[in-house]
Amino acid sequence: MNCAAIKEKLTVIGVEMVSEAEYARKGFALDVQVAPHLLVAAVSVLDAEGFFIEAITGVDWLGEQAALRKEAEAKVAAEAKAQPEAEAAAGEAPPLVSQPAEQGEIPEDALEVVYDFNHYEGLCRVTIRARLPRSKPEIATISSIYPGANWHERETHDFFGIIFVGHPYLVPLLLPEDADFHPLLKDFRS
Amino acid sequence: MSTFAQSQANETFVLNLGPQHPATHGVLRVKLTMDGEYIVEAEPVLGYIHRMHEKMGENRTWAQFLPNTGRIDYLHALAYNHGYVSVVERAASIEVPERAEYLRVITAELNRVSSHLLWFGAFILDLGGFSPLLYAFDDREHILDLLESVTGSRLTYCYFRFGGVYNDIDDNFVTGTRAFIKRLRGRMPMYHNLVTKNIILMKRLQEVGPISAEMCRKYGATGPVCRGSGINFDVRKHEPYSVYPEFDFEVPVYEQGDSMARYMVRMDEMEQSLRIVEQALDKLPEGPVMAEKVPKILKPAKGDYYHAVETARGSFGVRVISDGSNTPYRLKLRSPTFSNLSLFGEACRGMLLPDVLALMGSLDLVIPEIDR
Repeated sequence: MNCAAIKEKLTVIGVEMVSEAEYARKGFALDVQVAPHLLVAAVSVLDAEGFFIEAITGVDWLGEQAALRKEAEAKVAAEAKAQPEAEAAAGEAPPLVSQPAEQGEIPEDALEVVYDFNHYEGLCRVTIRARLPRSKPEIATISSIYPGANWHERETHDFFGIIFVGHPYLVPLLLPEDADFHPLLKDFRS
Repeated sequence: MSTFAQSQANETFVLNLGPQHPATHGVLRVKLTMDGEYIVEAEPVLGYIHRMHEKMGENRTWAQFLPNTGRIDYLHALAYNHGYVSVVERAASIEVPERAEYLRVITAELNRVSSHLLWFGAFILDLGGFSPLLYAFDDREHILDLLESVTGSRLTYCYFRFGGVYNDIDDNFVTGTRAFIKRLRGRMPMYHNLVTKNIILMKRLQEVGPISAEMCRKYGATGPVCRGSGINFDVRKHEPYSVYPEFDFEVPVYEQGDSMARYMVRMDEMEQSLRIVEQALDKLPEGPVMAEKVPKILKPAKGDYYHAVETARGSFGVRVISDGSNTPYRLKLRSPTFSNLSLFGEACRGMLLPDVLALMGSLDLVIPEIDR
């Protein structure tokens, strides 16, 4: 069992990014970012290599895009502030606001699905992440490849409202059977 | 002719097991579709004691979540302490003094023995034998007394801290633990003679509830469940953490995959845990039990961290995502029995009801850990 070989195979199917995480620092060996439509292909690769499924969960990145934008704006503002000093010597008026207001919508925040796989023999924990738009969080189920994913996906659906398309039995697992709320969303209020 | 006799041969009925049933160890409900005495389908229904620990984690500081970890799996609380402090130490780059790691291993292994002893008693109770429970609890009581003297509590321990442990051990603990090891070693042959070699137990467990290695892989089963199916997987060896690499111990593996194999794995593991405790007491280094300069308000660096530990029931993993603030952004608890139980529906197809209870007992379920 060789982590480098797995990385190679995942790269071939065209996932967005496979990076080797520093194991001692992070606790996992491969960090894989995958486009939602390639998830099943990536998981099939791991299945063929004899990985077992550890967990599936979600992360709500609400507010991330706004924060990124704020950060970018602050950077531009800092640059703009630094510039006039140079330009003041040249006697030019600083441009009012440079680029930050190239407007448009803030891109939508993502719901991330995180899949953890591990191997019984070699030390190679693989973390697969897929980002879904918050307004339409849908991704294909992998419960046909790993039946164990069935419960993990139900749990993730409970907590985040992520819809696993093709799941045979997507009803609440841990929450009450009539639950229509998703407590781990960052905008959840009880 | 009665209406029963006229009905088709494959007519089924639904039998409800639990949520309050002596054989379900807590509030687990299983919806069984039966064809006569045989099980066609079993659907575990979870969530009766779901407390949303993961949300609680997002609402309190890193340190405030510590007591929660002891309440996820109340039978092996120290391993859960260990998993959580390890992942936070990894995130915040905290070095732990060696003596503290030794104390963590000693107490966590004693806790593992106490968990296995409770399982042993309760499992035999499920099968209809009452007295082994009393013997097992008698032994377990010694461990609880020992751990109480160090940790201050008897069940839901919160003994580990970021950077070490809360209390050093004293001579009484060392002599008490050595005496206990001797005692349990003396009792194990009795357990094997009276229980393991008992013909009724053998008939109830051998070739009952087979779980294949492939099934373990597809469902992510870990711990004694996968080791009873011939998979040599133990986080302590596979992904060594703490000071486990310094000890000489074996990972018991049985190939058969039946309930007896899982029983044997746990019985053998108790001896291995005693070996670890013994070696740790022999090698115990001097020094502090807490790292110096652990910040009062912890703010781990931004990022995503994972740490797994071996609990009595399998691999417990914690994933934390830090946004650099004093509370976790996201905290995922990967509990072993959740995965171990998920294969139950497939494993018990076509079995008889009493055999299913034996299979369920051999999975060693702790419901609060499944529901979290």
